[in-house]
Amino acid sequence: MTPIIMVKNLVKKYQKAKTNAVDDITFHVNEGAFFAFLGPNGAGKTTTISILTTTLSKTSGEITIAGYDLEKEHSHVRRNIGVIFQNPSLDRNLTAEENIRFHAILYGLFPFRPTFALMPEAYKKRVKELSKILGLDEDIFQSVKTYSGGMKRKLEIVRSLMHKPKVLFLDEPTVGLDPLSRKNLWEYLNFVRKNENTTIFLTTHYLDEAEDADHICIINHGKIITSGTPEKIKSDLIDEYLLTDASNRDNLIAELKAKHIPFKLDEHIKIDLKKRRIQHLLKSIDTELSFVQIHRPTLEDAYLEIIDHDNE
Amino acid sequence: MSRELNAIVMLAYRDLIRFLNDRPRLLITFIFPVLFIGVLGGSLQKNLGSNVGFNFMTFVFTGVLGQTLFQSTASGIISLIEDRENNFTQEIFVSPVSRYTIIIGKIFGESLVSFAQWIGIVLFALVIGVPFTLVQILVMIPVGLIICFFGGAFGVLVLANLSGQRSANQIFPIIIFPQYFLAGVFNPIKELPPILLFFSRISPMTYALDFARSIFYLGTPDYDKVVIFNPVLDFAVIAIMFTVFIVLGTYLFMKNERNR
Repeated sequence: MTPIIMVKNLVKKYQKAKTNAVDDITFHVNEGAFFAFLGPNGAGKTTTISILTTTLSKTSGEITIAGYDLEKEHSHVRRNIGVIFQNPSLDRNLTAEENIRFHAILYGLFPFRPTFALMPEAYKKRVKELSKILGLDEDIFQSVKTYSGGMKRKLEIVRSLMHKPKVLFLDEPTVGLDPLSRKNLWEYLNFVRKNENTTIFLTTHYLDEAEDADHICIINHGKIITSGTPEKIKSDLIDEYLLTDASNRDNLIAELKAKHIPFKLDEHIKIDLKKRRIQHLLKSIDTELSFVQIHRPTLEDAYLEIIDHDNE
Repeated sequence: MSRELNAIVMLAYRDLIRFLNDRPRLLITFIFPVLFIGVLGGSLQKNLGSNVGFNFMTFVFTGVLGQTLFQSTASGIISLIEDRENNFTQEIFVSPVSRYTIIIGKIFGESLVSFAQWIGIVLFALVIGVPFTLVQILVMIPVGLIICFFGGAFGVLVLANLSGQRSANQIFPIIIFPQYFLAGVFNPIKELPPILLFFSRISPMTYALDFARSIFYLGTPDYDKVVIFNPVLDFAVIAIMFTVFIVLGTYLFMKNERNR
């Protein structure tokens, strides 16, 4: 697979800021991938996405998107991306359809016409199709003022997909949405991804949203802490171990030493489970055990642990 | 090229729809002309009209016409700040159209909005019996358009130097309100003390109003009593100021947008 986004040594220092908001990060995103940029508030996610979407200038570094240099070929980059911003960016004084029409004309997809009825058939068909998929139907001619948070998000997605972007950037798209709207949104995004092979670049601080990604990048204080597939991150981050004890603890310790099983003694005896299977381990111990507990954190726990650790 | 033209028309059309859908704003834009021409112009005409030697209602009418077009277009451009805080600007700025297209489209749109008000003012003037001829009103259309563009360029420069809605609300009245008096919307400025003369000559609205009046009063006996310069000089000053405002304003606006 060819990378569609390449970022090399990106640095952003805001004017009057003492530290770098984004501090020398390098990563790439493959075409058609679902890429998640994960980190707590203030980690540098929005800064990075603003630079990638051409609304903020970088301090240094090299970026190409869809083969175009971000600095020199702005308008080519813009034509190939769609953006869902953190805060809804709809014009509330227009109807939903007018918002879509505005976008379509600015992107040069259709010539200007003052009403929906006068627009080309291809446009009408597309708008009707998309609004049907999203269940907006007749609401598409209503003022955006009457829309709920979830409907606004859907409308923004419809709008951002009008020009068939190669990459869709989503900056914390589900903030402020109820669980059902979140679920619907994800179903639709997955549908789009499969149908159009659109690359999705997501920033989020919800780990469960990132778990379905092909590739996760965890960022904090402007630096990438770790990156890889969810499985890799899981195995890198998750510290799996067995806590055990015996009424005759000395006996157990002697046995473990004799059998070359490494352990740590805290409140209980702690045995690392990364390189051994639990059943084998338990089978090999003859001393009668009085306490057995397996520590197997979820990805969420692991994420919180590293963010916490990094903040210290 | 046609892509940019379509974008300009769409940007302008959006502003017009927004204006027509915004009832409170619609109402407010008509209240001030009514106050200025009807109440202020009417009372001045009754009390001072015979002393100044020309019709005060007409004088205030031409002043308010110019001032409304200039100010309305300028403040419309400044609404890009409001968009920015509603985040609609982001949608415009990630689109693949030229930044100049965005500014030009915005100026066209706000000029359309100003002209909707222009119609209202002329109708009101007709109702209360401000004397003018059909030709005088017709020539005010192209003249008004020039004033709109001038006000728009002024708005771009102001916009480029504002940081948010709050500062816009505070600063814009401070730089526009003194110009009412310095440019002579309702007060004759033929004679001024030196310090006021200086400020009057550097305020852009002075040239907008004098341009409107120099064309409106052209060939009438009141021309010399009302007009300060002449249409050619006014137009030349407007053209120079327009160019400086738009180039500098757009440059600063773009720079401040991305370099944060």
